[in-house]
Amino acid sequence: MKPSAETKPRWALVVDLDRCTGCQACVVACHAENNVPVAGESLTAYGRWMHWIIIDRYWEGEYPNVKARFMPVMCQQCGEAPCEPVCPVFATYHNPEGLNAQIYNRCIGTRFCGNACPYKVRTFNWFRPEFPEPLTEQLNPDVSVRSRGIMEKCTFCIQRIRSVEMKARAEGRAPADGEIQPACVQTCPPGALLFGDLNDPASRVSQLARSHRSFRLLDELGTDPAVIYLKGGETNV
Amino acid sequence: MSDSATATPESQYTERVLLTERKDWEINQAVLQPMIQTGRRFWVLVAGLTAVVTWGVFAWGYLVYWGIGVTGKNRPVYWTLFITTFVFWIGISHAGTMISAVLRLLKADWRRPITRGAEAMTAFALMMAGLYPLIHLGRVWKFYWMIPYPNNRLMWPNFQSPLMWDLVAISTYLIGSTLYLYLALIPDMAMARDHTGGLRYKLYRALALGWRGTEAEWHKLHRALGIFSIAIIPIFLSVHSIVSWDFAVTVQPRWHSTIFAPYFVVGAIYSGLSALATILVLVRKGMRLQEFLRSEHFDALGKLVMVAGLGWIYFWFAGFLVEWYGNEPVVRELIRQEVSGPLAPLFYLQMSANLIPVALLAFRKVRTTPRLLLGVTLLVNVGMYTERLLIVIGSLQRNDIPFNWGTYRPTWVEISIVAMTFAGFALLYTLFSRIVPYVPVWEIKEGRLRYTLRRIGRLLVPTAAEIE
Repeated sequence: MKPSAETKPRWALVVDLDRCTGCQACVVACHAENNVPVAGESLTAYGRWMHWIIIDRYWEGEYPNVKARFMPVMCQQCGEAPCEPVCPVFATYHNPEGLNAQIYNRCIGTRFCGNACPYKVRTFNWFRPEFPEPLTEQLNPDVSVRSRGIMEKCTFCIQRIRSVEMKARAEGRAPADGEIQPACVQTCPPGALLFGDLNDPASRVSQLARSHRSFRLLDELGTDPAVIYLKGGETNV
Repeated sequence: MSDSATATPESQYTERVLLTERKDWEINQAVLQPMIQTGRRFWVLVAGLTAVVTWGVFAWGYLVYWGIGVTGKNRPVYWTLFITTFVFWIGISHAGTMISAVLRLLKADWRRPITRGAEAMTAFALMMAGLYPLIHLGRVWKFYWMIPYPNNRLMWPNFQSPLMWDLVAISTYLIGSTLYLYLALIPDMAMARDHTGGLRYKLYRALALGWRGTEAEWHKLHRALGIFSIAIIPIFLSVHSIVSWDFAVTVQPRWHSTIFAPYFVVGAIYSGLSALATILVLVRKGMRLQEFLRSEHFDALGKLVMVAGLGWIYFWFAGFLVEWYGNEPVVRELIRQEVSGPLAPLFYLQMSANLIPVALLAFRKVRTTPRLLLGVTLLVNVGMYTERLLIVIGSLQRNDIPFNWGTYRPTWVEISIVAMTFAGFALLYTLFSRIVPYVPVWEIKEGRLRYTLRRIGRLLVPTAAEIE
């Protein structure tokens, strides 16, 4: 292990599929927090939604014994991200905390990262994003509003991570476990989402990651995702 | 000689010694006249092509103004007709060098009248291909961020990205093939300079670089062409390999394949040689070059197309078998889509349009009858275009997470821009054929020296000399 691994965090998100009800509150919170434009009905139907979190919904069984299963899929913040090496202009790159940073202003829109991503969680600004009045009043000043023609994706609310880190540093301490809350985690009504540092073995996230229920999406591709799912049982609606 | 197998000795030599009877000035005139005398049909053609190009440029402007959303792309189908057509044009560009450099090195004589047409095809197809990496960008006005130069952003491009390899390979190939085209053009520019007046004279005088045809000049030209012929072969192999790696380096099912590089190269040669045959048939008719582009040339070219086609079938099968046998869930779904799903019409079009020509080209009659050859080679390129459609768009519609599966529908903007490059290629090629001698006159004259009929006693014997 690199010496920096002790001091540098490895941010991770735990998604408890037993608790997820598929209510999409996280999606709405994410839209509001990250200035994600709303695509509208017809574009969404054509696969041009801009959600940074996609609630995958699968039907199991035949009518009348049908079950819906929900799985929120956001950028998995891979340790070995397939999207990173293919970008010709370093618009997506690996930051020291293991996050896939997306630098909007560098992006020229080749969409290669979108093809390379096996989770297909990267979204593209097909048109100039529009925020009809009065939505402009609630744009988050900490997040840049993207232009058309560039890729974007879940950042684990890096602006919130930074703000907590700065506050903690000013107070001469490390961020406490659970102090950093991305918008989706803060919003999730059943508490299915949990954010924390995997490099801290005592954190809630680390403990849950060691659970026998934990798995990572498409782990066999070797992408080393930082999103950890906890298997759901038969409790889904 | 690769082309001596099926032809009877008599017909072969009759064909070859045909031009030996002609004087130098007759050949010069036969090549120059169609350039200078252009009929009404030529201008109608130029006007039509210009109209299509203009419409395409408008569509491109519309795309830049409104954004990539006016195309049919969506998530997960981020690359569509633009990248498909990009791969197609890169493929077309391969035959020029293949014919010219490889056959020049092998000293295959039948290449002589068709090298110029092939090299021009390479250059123009590359120009069309080179437009697509720009057209498909979300922010085309920032394209120069991909170019490695010291800049105020203090950023180099990412040389890990296959798109950067593309940029390097394609620009190298474009520069190399244009220089190669121009080198072989110099003596003919001098010939044209000596037989024209006015504006054309001024143009040819500038382009001929003061060529006088001295022994030293010829020596240098042959040396340079020899060096270029060898140097350009690794470039032409690398370009399409790199294009294939745009796909193969990702973990996208059906793209992630080690066979892609040779498969793409062989497919490129197959489609490129076919396009060359198509163009030669059309130009021969349009410019009345029947005397220079004869059945022996079409015969040899047809055989090459057939061999490339067999190679394509082998590589396609080698890739398909392993994917089918591997039976991975998403690949299984993609194969099901092709064999019996919504992509089936395209799949069977691809297979029949690529396989039937190989069988037809086995017949000498098909190879030597221009009309039949035209139909067959057009069919090959329909098949090869469909193949790229299936690879680029077909594969992207499915991925590892079924909830993210999607369907793509093209829009008028995409189709207009694709039509723009087809018309643009034809336009550039048409204009080129009126400005530059389409048949390399000096190569023909040189080749003519090789074959003569000598009388030995009462016998008339065709002889072949060994020349560079």
